[in-house]
Amino acid sequence: MLKRLFALIPAGFTYLLAGQALADVEMRSSQWQMWLQKPMSESAVLVHDLNLGLMILETVIVLFVLGLMVYILIRFNEKNNPVPSKNTHNTMLEVVWTALPILILVVVAVPSLKALYFTDSNPDVEMNIKVNGNQWYWSYSYPDNGDIAFDSIIVPDGELKPGQPRMLSVDNPLVLPANTKIRFLIASNDVIHNFAMPSLAIKVDATPGRVNEVWTEISEVGNYYAMCSELCGVNHGFMPIHIKAVSKEAFAKWVEEAKEKFADNSSSDYPKTVRLAEAVNNAR
Amino acid sequence: MSNEAATHDHHADHKPPFFQRWFCSTNHKDIGTLYLAISMIAALVGGLMSWYIRLELAEPGIQFLDVENNGFQFYNVLVTAHGFIMVFFVVMPALIGGFGNWFVPLMIGAPDMAFPRMNNISFWLLVAGFILLLLSAVIGDGPGTGWTVYPPLSNSDFHPGPSVDFGILSLHVAGASSILGAINLIVTIFNMRAPGMTIHRMPLFVWSILITAFLLLLALPVLAGALTMLLTDRNFGTHFFDAGAGGDPVLWQHLFWFFGHPEVYIIILPAFGIISQVISTFSKKPIFGYLGMAYAMSAIGVVGFVVWAHHMFTVGFDVDTRAYFTVATMVIAVPTGIKIFSWLATMWGGSIKMEVPMLYALAFIFLFVVGGVTGITLANASADLVFHDTYFVVAHFHYVMAIAAILGMFCGFYYWIGKMCGNQYPRGLAKLQFWVFFIGVNVLFFPQHFSGLAGMPRRIPDYPDAYSGWNYVSSVGALITAVGTLLFFVVLWMTLRSKETVAANQWGEGATTLEWTVPSPAPFHTHEELPDMTGKAPAE
Repeated sequence: MLKRLFALIPAGFTYLLAGQALADVEMRSSQWQMWLQKPMSESAVLVHDLNLGLMILETVIVLFVLGLMVYILIRFNEKNNPVPSKNTHNTMLEVVWTALPILILVVVAVPSLKALYFTDSNPDVEMNIKVNGNQWYWSYSYPDNGDIAFDSIIVPDGELKPGQPRMLSVDNPLVLPANTKIRFLIASNDVIHNFAMPSLAIKVDATPGRVNEVWTEISEVGNYYAMCSELCGVNHGFMPIHIKAVSKEAFAKWVEEAKEKFADNSSSDYPKTVRLAEAVNNAR
Repeated sequence: MSNEAATHDHHADHKPPFFQRWFCSTNHKDIGTLYLAISMIAALVGGLMSWYIRLELAEPGIQFLDVENNGFQFYNVLVTAHGFIMVFFVVMPALIGGFGNWFVPLMIGAPDMAFPRMNNISFWLLVAGFILLLLSAVIGDGPGTGWTVYPPLSNSDFHPGPSVDFGILSLHVAGASSILGAINLIVTIFNMRAPGMTIHRMPLFVWSILITAFLLLLALPVLAGALTMLLTDRNFGTHFFDAGAGGDPVLWQHLFWFFGHPEVYIIILPAFGIISQVISTFSKKPIFGYLGMAYAMSAIGVVGFVVWAHHMFTVGFDVDTRAYFTVATMVIAVPTGIKIFSWLATMWGGSIKMEVPMLYALAFIFLFVVGGVTGITLANASADLVFHDTYFVVAHFHYVMAIAAILGMFCGFYYWIGKMCGNQYPRGLAKLQFWVFFIGVNVLFFPQHFSGLAGMPRRIPDYPDAYSGWNYVSSVGALITAVGTLLFFVVLWMTLRSKETVAANQWGEGATTLEWTVPSPAPFHTHEELPDMTGKAPAE
């Protein structure tokens, strides 16, 4: 009975009940989800809390206006109030409904800007990842781990293995250590793409000609899924992002394996823009 | 008196023959009617595109697109064309060209627009723009760029062929049409008001059109400049937006959104104006805080020019820039709040009559508030880290701008159709149409908030299976909306054929603006003797 009750609670909230029980988290949306994915980094927690507060505020505003409208329509309809008043001014009221929203917005701005500055950058990053958008796949490289570089391409519907979610699975996921401060350097080789991960509150454009950065610290081991979030042409819907977060030890082991596995990927797979920047540096 | 009115009508209704009347028209009412007609045709085209999109999205997987035959490009073309058509060829023609042309001169007591021939070319340029846009979608692969046309995707490397060029030319022509229309409206409102019709006595609809016209005049040339740069990038070897040659793709986004953000106020402000007239009429009360309302709209117009980069929070701005645009964007909530509360205060103490236009006005307020509050969320650059480019944004702007504007159009239609054609709309069917449409759009767009919160990106022809539930609900809503739309055309047809005529002042004591002083339908030439407003109370 209790289980059935829990099943009725919108999927987005169930993590509150599940807690830390799962060993490997599986971060993607679930059917009938009505809320954000579980926040899995400090940045995401701030954004998540901000959104919760805003949504409560907004629900209250909508209900207040709706309630006022219903009251007015009952109290002041033609039958109940045949003679309209001619009242068109009330300075006090006008001052209040101008000043009160300003106050509310000031209150909103504080946590909002706090979250914004926190998510922007972190000077203590421990490793870098280069992310490059291509039509229509992602290329990742690990400049701090022996320049491992590989492409990450969607698994077509026909080739999915059991347990792989459709449209979200790739051949080579981006393997990252959990509980490590990671900086992503994001660029593009062709059109504008967008590197996103809802549960980590990451969403950064991959634009040709510039390198954008964002940082994160993934709090739990598991699989994280997202999709390209900027229209990039015909197969825009089919370049998912799959981050596989592992423990630091497992990551060190993976690095050694990956050096062999991706040994053929010469450094010419390096992001063009980064190569250009390096060339400029060397010339100096 | 009746004798006098009859001779007046006879003289006033001397209309030119068919071709001259409709193809060489210089009459503000006929041109307004033409604008409304093209808007309805374009609405069907744009609507069909969106219903096809919803059909494809009703279930996960690809059901209708011909993937072997560039079906995903076709999907992107549908998304693009739907946006362009709805913005430039449905909402703007109806609200500004249609109701603006029809009722600005009537409401300020002017015999016609200031530049009747320019009015004519404004309309026909719009027709040319619409044809160019339809051509762009069927020539070559079509523009699969989204209505934002971001380079490099829209440059000749990634969209070779003429379709994007046709799209650019279409917007150029439609933009020229709007600029000419805006000049005409501004000059008319400044120079042709009846004696005593001071700026602070103008009805709020005229105010809304005046502010809209200024926004058009300031925003569209920026778009025209950006489009020209894109056109020369594509065809003549310039590199404004080409990072490889020292240009910058993000420059396009700045230029586009410097136009694009005021554009959304261009769309919604005239609807504000209509809602103000309707609320006041059916509450039988003057507008509460008339000056506050007028200057709130002006404030929205001014602030609308300094918030554009909230559409670009993810391009990699400096954090201080994002902080500024977060705060500036939230400021918009203050004047819009003033408008919402003033509408409620107008109704407070009134004697409210629930005619169909009033139903639409109330629905407008509700939808606008729902869409407006999610705007507070999206104003935050930090929240955008999860919301940018998701269905949450789609739900937000359809509520606050698209559907709200459409409700404003329906509201204006039912309010003024008696004045325009002289016939009474079928009341029962109109009410049914309202409820079907209102329920339809809410079932259609409300679940998209959930899809967006869960993380579903926009502009994708297929989605992970987890999103299928809410997408199915949304598609059912699209079906209901389609029924509501078709019902509207039934209502229109029955109204035009109706035998039941309406009086000059159809709505009684609450309708105090000047259009209700001329007969219904409004004669071909009105206000041959200018009404004198000297010493009358303010229009509020």
